[in-house]
Amino acid sequence: MSSSLSSAEPRGGRPKRFLSPTSIMIYSALLVAAIYYLIPLYVMVMTSLKGMPEIRLGNVFSPPVEVTFQPWATAWNSACTGLYCEGIKVGFFNSMKILVPSVIFSIIIASVNGYALSNWRFKGSELFFTALIFGAFIPYQVMLYPLVIITRQLGIFGTLTGVIVIHTIFGMPILTLLFRNYFVSLPPELFKAARVDGAGFWRIFLQIMLPMSLPIFVVAVILQVTGIWNDFLFGVIFAGTKNFPMTVQLNNIVNSTQGVKEYNVNMAATILTGAVPLLVYFFSGKYFVRGIAAGAVKG
Amino acid sequence: MAGSRRPFTPLRNLNAKIAAVPMILTVLVVFIGCTLWTVVYSFTSSRSLPTLDFVGMDQYVRLFRTSRWTVSLKNLAIFGVLSLSFSLVLGFILAALMDQKIRFENTFRTIFLYPHALSFIVTGLVWQWILTPAYGVQKVVRDLGFETFNFPILTDGRFTIYAIVIAGLWQGTGLVMALMLAGLRNIDDEIWKAARVDGIPAWKTYLFIIIPMMRPVFITTLVIISATIVKVYDLVVALTNGGPGISSEVPAKYVYDLMFSRGNLGQGLAASTIMLTTVLIILVPWALLEFRPRYRKGEASK
Amino acid sequence: MRYRSVLAALATSTFLFATNPATAADLEVTHWWTSGGEAAAAKVLAESYDKLGGDKWVDGAIAGSGSTARPIIVSRILGGNPMGATQLNTGRDAEDLVKAGLMTDLTELATKEGWADFIRPSKLLDACKYEGKIYCVPVNIHSLQWMWINPNAFKDAGAAVPTNWNEFVAAAPKLKEKGVIPLATGDAWQIDGVFRVLLANLGGKELYLKIVDEKSTEAAGSPEMKAVWQAFANARDLADPGYVGRQWNEATSLVLTGKAGGQIMGDWAQGEFGVAGKVAGTDYDCLPGLGVHPALDTGGDAFYFPKNQNPEITKAQLKLASMLVSKETQVAFNLAKGSLPIRGDVDMQAANACMQKGIKILADSNNVLPSYEQAFSSDTQGQIEDLMTEFFADKSMTVEDAQARYVEIIGEAK
Repeated sequence: MSSSLSSAEPRGGRPKRFLSPTSIMIYSALLVAAIYYLIPLYVMVMTSLKGMPEIRLGNVFSPPVEVTFQPWATAWNSACTGLYCEGIKVGFFNSMKILVPSVIFSIIIASVNGYALSNWRFKGSELFFTALIFGAFIPYQVMLYPLVIITRQLGIFGTLTGVIVIHTIFGMPILTLLFRNYFVSLPPELFKAARVDGAGFWRIFLQIMLPMSLPIFVVAVILQVTGIWNDFLFGVIFAGTKNFPMTVQLNNIVNSTQGVKEYNVNMAATILTGAVPLLVYFFSGKYFVRGIAAGAVKG
Repeated sequence: MAGSRRPFTPLRNLNAKIAAVPMILTVLVVFIGCTLWTVVYSFTSSRSLPTLDFVGMDQYVRLFRTSRWTVSLKNLAIFGVLSLSFSLVLGFILAALMDQKIRFENTFRTIFLYPHALSFIVTGLVWQWILTPAYGVQKVVRDLGFETFNFPILTDGRFTIYAIVIAGLWQGTGLVMALMLAGLRNIDDEIWKAARVDGIPAWKTYLFIIIPMMRPVFITTLVIISATIVKVYDLVVALTNGGPGISSEVPAKYVYDLMFSRGNLGQGLAASTIMLTTVLIILVPWALLEFRPRYRKGEASK
Repeated sequence: MRYRSVLAALATSTFLFATNPATAADLEVTHWWTSGGEAAAAKVLAESYDKLGGDKWVDGAIAGSGSTARPIIVSRILGGNPMGATQLNTGRDAEDLVKAGLMTDLTELATKEGWADFIRPSKLLDACKYEGKIYCVPVNIHSLQWMWINPNAFKDAGAAVPTNWNEFVAAAPKLKEKGVIPLATGDAWQIDGVFRVLLANLGGKELYLKIVDEKSTEAAGSPEMKAVWQAFANARDLADPGYVGRQWNEATSLVLTGKAGGQIMGDWAQGEFGVAGKVAGTDYDCLPGLGVHPALDTGGDAFYFPKNQNPEITKAQLKLASMLVSKETQVAFNLAKGSLPIRGDVDMQAANACMQKGIKILADSNNVLPSYEQAFSSDTQGQIEDLMTEFFADKSMTVEDAQARYVEIIGEAK
């Protein structure tokens, strides 16, 4: 699926002159859509730059008269989730601690697995692979409680290890699919030649496959970084209070108020939480498109 | 090492089998084991802790007598139908527009797709803020001079589910657009040439030639989005938390609450079994339709 | 049987996670005291504990209400990653954990210090008992049956300052005219709370006991109960649409600033008035028992101490338990929290006018209602809460329909 997404040239319709009535319609339609998509971003940024009095007087769309970065500082450093007022940075570092090992483990496991499934099939391997892909469609809620029991028995419930294992498990279907399809698409001659040279499972993987598959690893990393960063459910259940990821922390900050809700701080915290995947998105361009198209299977 | 010695089947290709151990465990323990566990225990009277005290269909009977659950299902249906139809239609239209050899294609794509990089929590909180009566859309319109304008989408239970649809569409339509655009780009150029030669107008070509040709893309997109819709949880937690009252509750939230804060596992498990059934109803026909013939041809990959 | 293996896993895991080489232990304490007044009260405890020297209070506050925090706390204890100590409601949920042998037994300490002799009312300690042993420490008495009003809001609107619920309802239209919200409330549990208060104070003690103790469907369907529902329907009309998603302390601050006339909320709301520097009797008034029927329940917060393999932690737990019931802590903590102390023998001279009213009412044991939390499982409470919020949000739902569903839920509650 992902390989088909490398964007080719546009093909629809005939080429249009820039100012024909049709193209004016096309551009206005796109522009209207673009504005709708940009409004929330605009509102977030504007609100986060206003002081509270200004928010109370104006509406969400009015730009700040007096720009202040205080809400950002507060959101990062001293927004409260209870007695502790250490800001959303706690969540940021927790998310990092969850993210890095989860991404590494899930990608190692899935890439080796995808490689085995494409070049070293064994009896039943296709069956398990199909089951794995179908498993991706089972609502998490169905498996949640048994997983709580299992992690509990393993003694990793409510720990970083626990949430990392869960992310690795649920990242497996989509990543395996991604890697398997990629390795299948490589010319089989390469593999055959290496086999003739007497190279084994791991040597072919490390010396021939890996160097050729940098792009797909990039896609996998992007996919996992955004997916895991944006997770809420697993973080809230499996990570334990001390390790709450940024999304959970954000929800806590927004819902814990000392008297008056500070909307500007909330919005600054919201932008900060969205910043990591957004940056990944803006800098990765087409890889991201390939990743999410494949990642949509994960939901 | 994993060569062609046939007799020792279990050891043959050992490395590949080792590499597949995590997958096999995930399938057997998590996907199959945990799912079966849930289904079995949904027939028990388990409260805070699981017990094997079978009570037949009791949990299901109570489930469907609980108005919060029926409201949840109704909301899921509204959210599902609206999200599916709007995101497919809008996503396709956007993709078709993007496919007209336009300038700034990358800019537009970046704009349509960025919400998809954001979490549901972020999406929910932003839209909550935009729709807050005191400062959001209602205030904006009133500031424009329409003093009596009312837009109680977050405070009137009849409308809250639509707020969730709006936020969900904002987050998800870009993805549909990307999938559709990829599908459009895979259409053979010859088709367009032929249509042009025959003098068929562009809209007709789309409607009667291109869309039928893109059936697999539509179906895949449909399945992908449906599976996401059934799971909707974070978005509701952040945007309305199910309120006002129970007006915007969804099944996934019922499951979570009953399992983790109401101490009634049996109910939560029964509810999640219903969610599973819903997914199966969507998934099985699709799987039969899309996967079977390909496997028979020995072409396993998609 | 399943439990044994869980416990075996727990035994090894807790050992792994709780090893702490230092002799002084860091005691992680989880609680959901996160509003201004509550956080101030938690700070009192943290500071007094640190002052004892050696061990340290590591604050594990969990934002949101108890319904958010409770599952997190319970699942952590079950999950073999217990905190040093935790706030938890006494009741069925906690009982499950005690039953599973996951809580530290405090009986020895309690006998040594003679808790039974000074903890008043004695019901509080009974709630901590399981099979004769003591597993928790009650820290305060909270009652839900209070109404807080801003007299100035009524005066400004040209209405008489109400002294009971009926006068409040009568004065409400004048508030509305002035653009003041008559009744400030908030999300689900607060609405449920309003109903509980109406049940206890308009329905009266007898009806309350029939529902709570006997789970009588007859009482639940009675005309007296219908009157309670009618009052609840009135309350529904007195709230503003902005109640959706509002925290209880935001609602209190509406009353505090005169944007709302009153709020039905437990005595913990008093902490918010305190933090804002408001004076009882002039800036705000309190109507215990809605000014109709002076009956208060005696729920309250309690601390539990999950079992831990590390003896240092266990020692630190006992130290904290002992501190929590001590006279000094009781006075300082309850003044900050706006709740009543669990000891009959402390001097509450410093308490304000409202707290004094509460102390006086509770002095007569006829006025004490059993706690609602202990009577219903969290499942049943959840069902009732769902019904209440559904009714409150949907003005087309009639009193008759709602009452019929209520009868059904009470009938199913075991």
